[in-house]
Amino acid sequence: MNGRTAAVRRTLGSTTATVYAIFVVVAIAGAILAATAGSAFFTEGNLESLLTATTVLGLVAIGQTLVVLLGSLDLSVPFVVSLSSVLAAGVMLGSADNLVAGILTAVVASTLIGLVNGLLVGLVKINGFIATLGIGLIVSGYLFTNYQGSTGQASPQLVAFGGLTLGFVPVTTILMFACLAIVMVLLTRTRTGMHVFAVGGDPEVARMSGVRNAVPVIVAHALSGLFAGLAGLVVVARLGVGSPQVGSQGGYDLLSIAAVVLGGAVLAGGRGSLWGSLGGILIFATIDSILGILQVNPYLKDVVRGVIIIVAVAVYARRSVPRRPARFGGGAR
Amino acid sequence: MTTTTRFTTERRPLLARVGRGLRTPGGAIFVLLAILLVGLFLYNPSLGDPGQFMRFLGRTAPILIVALGQYFVIVSGEIDLSMAAIIAAQVVLAGNLIGQDASRILPVVLLMALLALVVGLLNGVLTTLFRVPSFIATLGTALVVSGITFYATGGAPSGNPVDSFREIGRGGIDKVPVFGFVPYSTIVLAVLVVLALVLMRRPFGRMLLAVGDNARMTALAGASVWWLRTRAFILSAFASTIAAIVLVGYAGVSPVVGQGYQFIAITAVILGGVVLGGGRGWVLSAIAAAFALEVLFSLLDFIGVQSTWRPAVQGVIILVALGVPLLRFTRRRSQTLRSNRPNK
Repeated sequence: MNGRTAAVRRTLGSTTATVYAIFVVVAIAGAILAATAGSAFFTEGNLESLLTATTVLGLVAIGQTLVVLLGSLDLSVPFVVSLSSVLAAGVMLGSADNLVAGILTAVVASTLIGLVNGLLVGLVKINGFIATLGIGLIVSGYLFTNYQGSTGQASPQLVAFGGLTLGFVPVTTILMFACLAIVMVLLTRTRTGMHVFAVGGDPEVARMSGVRNAVPVIVAHALSGLFAGLAGLVVVARLGVGSPQVGSQGGYDLLSIAAVVLGGAVLAGGRGSLWGSLGGILIFATIDSILGILQVNPYLKDVVRGVIIIVAVAVYARRSVPRRPARFGGGAR
Repeated sequence: MTTTTRFTTERRPLLARVGRGLRTPGGAIFVLLAILLVGLFLYNPSLGDPGQFMRFLGRTAPILIVALGQYFVIVSGEIDLSMAAIIAAQVVLAGNLIGQDASRILPVVLLMALLALVVGLLNGVLTTLFRVPSFIATLGTALVVSGITFYATGGAPSGNPVDSFREIGRGGIDKVPVFGFVPYSTIVLAVLVVLALVLMRRPFGRMLLAVGDNARMTALAGASVWWLRTRAFILSAFASTIAAIVLVGYAGVSPVVGQGYQFIAITAVILGGVVLGGGRGWVLSAIAAAFALEVLFSLLDFIGVQSTWRPAVQGVIILVALGVPLLRFTRRRSQTLRSNRPNK
């Protein structure tokens, strides 16, 4: 077997390919279902709303992927999204002059919370689930005590930016893809990125190989906070106000984890890809959009989501052979 | 520090053993609980009355029962995120199917037990046989169950079971010597705690701990790992159901009843020194931790802290409870390393 066919076969057999195969099947099924219901699926308006739905969850999932790759979790993201939204809207107060100050406040606060998560997980070595749950609860206590309902107002530029589209693609979605590309470069081309995979795969082996395990953990958690903060900014741009409950209502913690896992990542860490996570989010958004067109009760969306998550992960789990990119020479066995 | 032989068969004096036990996370929680209770009695002396205290204990019963169920799952090395969804589903089921007809109580309760069995079995089988991580599997079943519950109710409170059913959560036995009034929920709790203590001493409990500690070793020793863990999930689903029956009594029928319970339960179980990942922890410590959390919350109420701060307090407790022992352990270990280093 020569190297190239092996590489092609590996790509086709990879979990990411499966994710996109599922996505294509779901999209085609959706188009057919929508056609039988008497409406079209691939309309510009529909695609735009689909991409819009992808953006916020997509940003959160970028950070979540990094964290899950390390074998940790970030349960604080919904509260960070809310916090970022109220801080940004609260500082901006509808004034054009406060745009930069509002964005900076939100981003710095979110990144700091992520950093604290990272320090707790990386240095104090508290289990990621517990540490981020604790920090998330603290942030939610702050939010619910100090904000009763929607507060502040976004500056006009931010609102305009939120409504901007290129064809049918919202600019915020392009921004999300830019973030995805940057993180992908970080993961595959930098030392810290390699260390993320190393530490996630086996922390003990990584440590003995001379990796300082705390560094990728702290970086990944800080980035997760940063991206949750950016997601909060997108929310403000859409809603025009900050809301202390927008994150928890969106269920971004569990949904982003579910999307990452649906994208083929292993919760124990070390395996997963950003493309896969994106595929997972696209599947969720497509299903949401189809159910919306078919006018299915919104509560039943959760049922469909739940079934899909379980079935997908059960399917991935059946492949017991570790599918890793070959490291030494392309595909020589 | 006294030096002891490692494999001595002789038991230390009782007091020394208790003293040592109190220094472990699972024992320290009892000290914390005692301190919090003293604080509670100081702020609200009326709770010192046995009857009032029993009522208080009865009110906290649902969350303690949920923590009990979560204990079984966590100690076996898994996690159950479907408890809140099950509670809501059962509450809605009881509220709408029993209605004002007392003769339906028994069949509906049987139906609820069946639902618990099915969901628990599903969680267990998905986690063990289908190898879906329990975090994802129980999250999935939670989405399905709560989706159906919300769909059935339209998200609004509905239904009202007959009063004789609600008595389980509301009522109690009057004129009991010493206590005066003992709510049924307290009795349910006491029975469940005793059952759990016995269960953990029986072969099942021992094996459950073994599975949580080292699943592979337990499998090699001949145990059926999947069935042990699945039973833990079933027990957890039953605990949610019983908590739901008690909750119907005073919280009413709504698809949001029980929201947040599972994270308080997980917090409590971990606070009680049960190790996430399984294999270690005493069931009574987990219960005591859940009760300590509830006492702390009411203490904060009496002091006048807004109830919106509750989650923050919960967060701080989790981080301190887990962070401090870890920091202490790391420090101690580095000291040992230093002292063992050969002198130059």
